[in-house]
Amino acid sequence: MGNMGETVVGIGTRKGLWLARSEDRQTWRVEGPHFLMSEVLTVLFDTRTDPTRLLVGFRSSHWGPSLQHSDDLGATWVEHPEGSIRFPEDTDTALKATWQLVADPHDPAVVWAGTEPQGLWRSADRGETFELNRGLWEHPHRPEWGEGFGGGAIHTVLPNPADAEHMLVAMSTGGVYNTRDGGASWNPGNTGIHAYFQPHDEWPEFGQCVHKVVRDSGTPTRLYAQNHKGVYRSDDDGVTWTSIEAGLPTNFGMTAVAHPSQGDTMWLVPIASDGERIPPAAELQVQRTDDAGATWRTQHEGLPSPSYTNVLRDAACLDTNLDEPGLYLGTRNGEVYASIDGGDSFARIAEQLPDVLCVRAVTLS
Amino acid sequence: MTARVVLPGLLRDLADGAAELPVELGGETALGEVLDLAFEPWPILASRVRDERGQIRRHVNVFVDGEDAKRADGVQTAVTPSSTVHVINAVSGG
Repeated sequence: MGNMGETVVGIGTRKGLWLARSEDRQTWRVEGPHFLMSEVLTVLFDTRTDPTRLLVGFRSSHWGPSLQHSDDLGATWVEHPEGSIRFPEDTDTALKATWQLVADPHDPAVVWAGTEPQGLWRSADRGETFELNRGLWEHPHRPEWGEGFGGGAIHTVLPNPADAEHMLVAMSTGGVYNTRDGGASWNPGNTGIHAYFQPHDEWPEFGQCVHKVVRDSGTPTRLYAQNHKGVYRSDDDGVTWTSIEAGLPTNFGMTAVAHPSQGDTMWLVPIASDGERIPPAAELQVQRTDDAGATWRTQHEGLPSPSYTNVLRDAACLDTNLDEPGLYLGTRNGEVYASIDGGDSFARIAEQLPDVLCVRAVTLS
Repeated sequence: MTARVVLPGLLRDLADGAAELPVELGGETALGEVLDLAFEPWPILASRVRDERGQIRRHVNVFVDGEDAKRADGVQTAVTPSSTVHVINAVSGG
C-alpha cells in the first residue's frame, strides 16, 4: 500500500455532512455533523493543489442552497458572500440545489457544477464562483426535459481527460448530452438507450432516464450508464450505447462507479426493480465486472442480509488509493460500508446517520 | 422613524448575533426594498431569506405587522416607518 496517508470519507446525508477518517481504512472515527439539517447532495475532495480543498453543495429546506469549501478538511468553512452559483438575472431562474461538483482534469483551477434546474456551471477559481454554460442552458430541448423524483438536474458531469473539448452531462429525464467544442454546443447521445416509459417512441433522441454515467479509466472513450431499467456501455464517448445487462440480477439501479486505475472494471449496486426499490432477493450487494460488462459477479460479504435499503445515485465511490482503492457505499438507512479488497468483503464504518445521499473519499498522500 | 426587521434565532449568527435590524424609512416602502436595506451588510443572510430573483423562499415566512406577506402583496407589501417585520422559518420539515 506504499505510504498511504489518512483516508477521509465525506458522507452527505439528508440532514448534514459527516466525515469518516482513518489511518488504515480499518479503524474509523466519524466526525460531524456539518451543515446540520441541510441535504448534502454533493461533495468534492479537490486534491489537485495542496492543501486538499473540500467543496460541499447542500440545501436547507428553509434557507435554500449553499456551496461552501474548506481548506482544512472541515475545521473551518468559507461561503462566498454573493453566493457561488447564482442564475443570471435574464434567466429569471433561481438555483434550487447543486447536485454535482467535479474537478476538471485539464486545468487545476477549474471546477464544474451540475445543478437543479438543469444547469452546467464552470468555475475558474477552484469553486468559489461559477459561470453558467449558456450552450446547454439555451438548448432547444430544454422545455422537454423532465424531472425525476428528486427534481430536474444535471446530476452527472464527465469531462474527458484525453480531450478538453469533450464533455458529457446527464440528467433524469433528458438523458445524455455531449459537447465536442468545449461547451459551446451540445448534442444528445442516447442512441441505443431504451425508454420504455415513452410509449409513443421507445427509442427517442432524448428523454431517457439516465441515473448515472461513469468513465472507464483505461479507455477514456468508454462509458458505462446505469439507467432506469437498463445498463449500457458506450465505446464512442457517449454517442451510442449497447446493453450490458445480461448476467445481472436486475437492470435497475441508481449508481455506478468505475475503478480509478484498472480499465474495464466497474461496479453497480442493483435494485430489484422500479416498483420494488429494495436489493434483489433482499440481499444488499454490488455487481462487479472486470471485462467491461461482458460478465458480472456478485459481491456481498459483509453487507446486510436481509436488507430493504438501497444506495442512491451518488452514494457509492472509490477513494484515491490507486494501489487498492477503497470502495464505499452509503445506504438510505444511514450506514456506510467500506471494502478495501475490491468489493470482496465489506465492513460497516458508520451507522445511525440520516439517509445517505452521497459519499466521496480521498486518501491523502 | 425606524422599522424593525426581527430575525429568527437560526439566522442571527449571519448578522453578528443581532436579533433585529433597524431600518430608517422616510415613508411607506415596499417590503423587498426594506429587506434590501436591512440585509445590505449581510449578503449571506439575504440569500437565506430570498432567492436570486428576490422572491421570499418557499419555507420562509415574512410577516409585516402580523400579516403574512405571501398572502398580501409579497415583496411589494407596504411597510411603514413604524412597522415590525418578522422573518420566521416555516413550521415545515421532517
